[in-house]
Amino acid sequence: MKLIKAIIRPERLNDVLKALFRAEVRGLTVTRVRGHGGERETEETYRGTTVRMELTDKVMLDIGVSDPFVEPTIEAILSAARTGEVGDGKIFVLPVEKIYRIRTGEEDTAAVTPVVPA
Amino acid sequence: MRRRFICLPALFFLGVPVARAQEAAAAISAPDTAWLLVSTALVLLMTPALAFFYGGLVRAKNALNTMMMSFIALGVAGVLWALLGYSLAFGSGTAWLGDLSMALLSGVGLEASGSIPHLLFMAFQGTFAIITVALISGAVVERMRFPAYVAFVGLWVLFVYAPVCHWVWGGGWLGELGALDFAGGAVVHINAGAAAVAAALFLGPRKDYGRQALLPHHVPFVLLGAGLLWFGWFGFNGGSALASNGTAGLAFVNTLLAPAATLVVWTALDHLRTGKITAVGVATAIVVGLVAVTPAAGFVSPLSALALGALAALPSYFAIQWRARTRFDDSLDVFAAHGLGGITGALLTGVFASAAWNGATDGLLFGNVAQFGIQALSVVAVFAYSGALTFAILKGLSLVMAVRTDDQAERLGLDIVHHGEEAYTDGEGALLLLDEETRPVRVPAPAVSPSMA
Repeated sequence: MKLIKAIIRPERLNDVLKALFRAEVRGLTVTRVRGHGGERETEETYRGTTVRMELTDKVMLDIGVSDPFVEPTIEAILSAARTGEVGDGKIFVLPVEKIYRIRTGEEDTAAVTPVVPA
Repeated sequence: MRRRFICLPALFFLGVPVARAQEAAAAISAPDTAWLLVSTALVLLMTPALAFFYGGLVRAKNALNTMMMSFIALGVAGVLWALLGYSLAFGSGTAWLGDLSMALLSGVGLEASGSIPHLLFMAFQGTFAIITVALISGAVVERMRFPAYVAFVGLWVLFVYAPVCHWVWGGGWLGELGALDFAGGAVVHINAGAAAVAAALFLGPRKDYGRQALLPHHVPFVLLGAGLLWFGWFGFNGGSALASNGTAGLAFVNTLLAPAATLVVWTALDHLRTGKITAVGVATAIVVGLVAVTPAAGFVSPLSALALGALAALPSYFAIQWRARTRFDDSLDVFAAHGLGGITGALLTGVFASAAWNGATDGLLFGNVAQFGIQALSVVAVFAYSGALTFAILKGLSLVMAVRTDDQAERLGLDIVHHGEEAYTDGEGALLLLDEETRPVRVPAPAVSPSMA
């Protein structure tokens, strides 16, 4: 089991979600974040005050997956989030010790297996 | 004929024996009254508009406090104007100050003042007093204690606004000299601009000023405020003809054209300097253009108004660029926008005034050099009096109460400290206190840290 943390451009979020759903990956959490990833800072001017914005808006996805889904998830994000410009983001793959589904108490792989609607 | 514009109120209610005035005073005109009713409402709207203009320019943690500085003027200045201010401004008195003959609205009823009810004239003028003191708040936002500000509003309206208003419009010495101020270049804008300089110097800069980027938290508010100010300004200038006539039409059109020209020149400067045209710049340009045309609106031709608006962009634009690099924290550039805009407008009124349009007075451009000198004198006199008295009022207040916030309040934001409210809160982390658990707390800690919405 892995936790896949992906930091992507906000404007690519819709495409990434589509690609993930196509790969049958459904359990995920989306967070708006700000960070610095080496891209050029933007300058803004408010009357006489000019400021350089060091932080850029990004979206972070947290996706807990069982081992067979690790590669498809990464593939989906890589293909859908890429523009080729600096600032496309990062994917971190973290080991996971334990997963519980709160509703049922199911553990690990059972806890991240999507529920098929009746 | 010139006196008809500059001393209109004084002539009409003080019984100055001018034949035309007495003829006109005989009857209330329905069209004139209708237009002044509308104008008064339009000018009143400018103060909430100013609240949005200023409110958008400050940080989120001070948004409500900044807007409240405008809204509280609607109450305090509105009440004091009726009780005392109107009489001090328009009572006969001396060349320097009115008297208390109309205090508590004594004798201010439905009789004609010119061609409108006297009471309506009082209300129209009251809306000017309200917005003038609210304008000053832009210099003191994010660091002045609200109770001190409320006291300041009351004192300033009585001791600074009313006398200056009397000098120019109430039969005082500047009006007698022939100073041209159609709708308040000196009375409103130079007056507020000078007070802003004094107040900013008295309070000193904000703690974070020059150390952190203090950015506008809601630029769409700034644009909304500027748009509503322009709308209200048609009543401000158009209503200052005190009649539904050709002069009102001229002032109305000039109020359309001058800010348009300022906007064009300002955006050109913006584009040349940075390659971008900023929204805050556009909003500021509109206000500067409106301020500049205010003293001139009924005295100059429409083409002169265009030239006046275009020229007015220059001093204000460069003053704003310069000011941000100094330790002079006139936070929302009240001096650059209103003070300098008013000075430019007042001086250019003395240049562009045209007897062909106003029926009496020419300016420098048409050979009347003296008019320019009178305009310059009015600028200096109003600036000096307003600056000095404002400083004295703040000094006096500081002897009886704290005028500036302490460091902790400035850090937390004045919304929480002075109003117990936040502009933007989603309730996350806020626990519901039931009645028995509620304890009055003077400075409650924020439920969540103030942040941008």
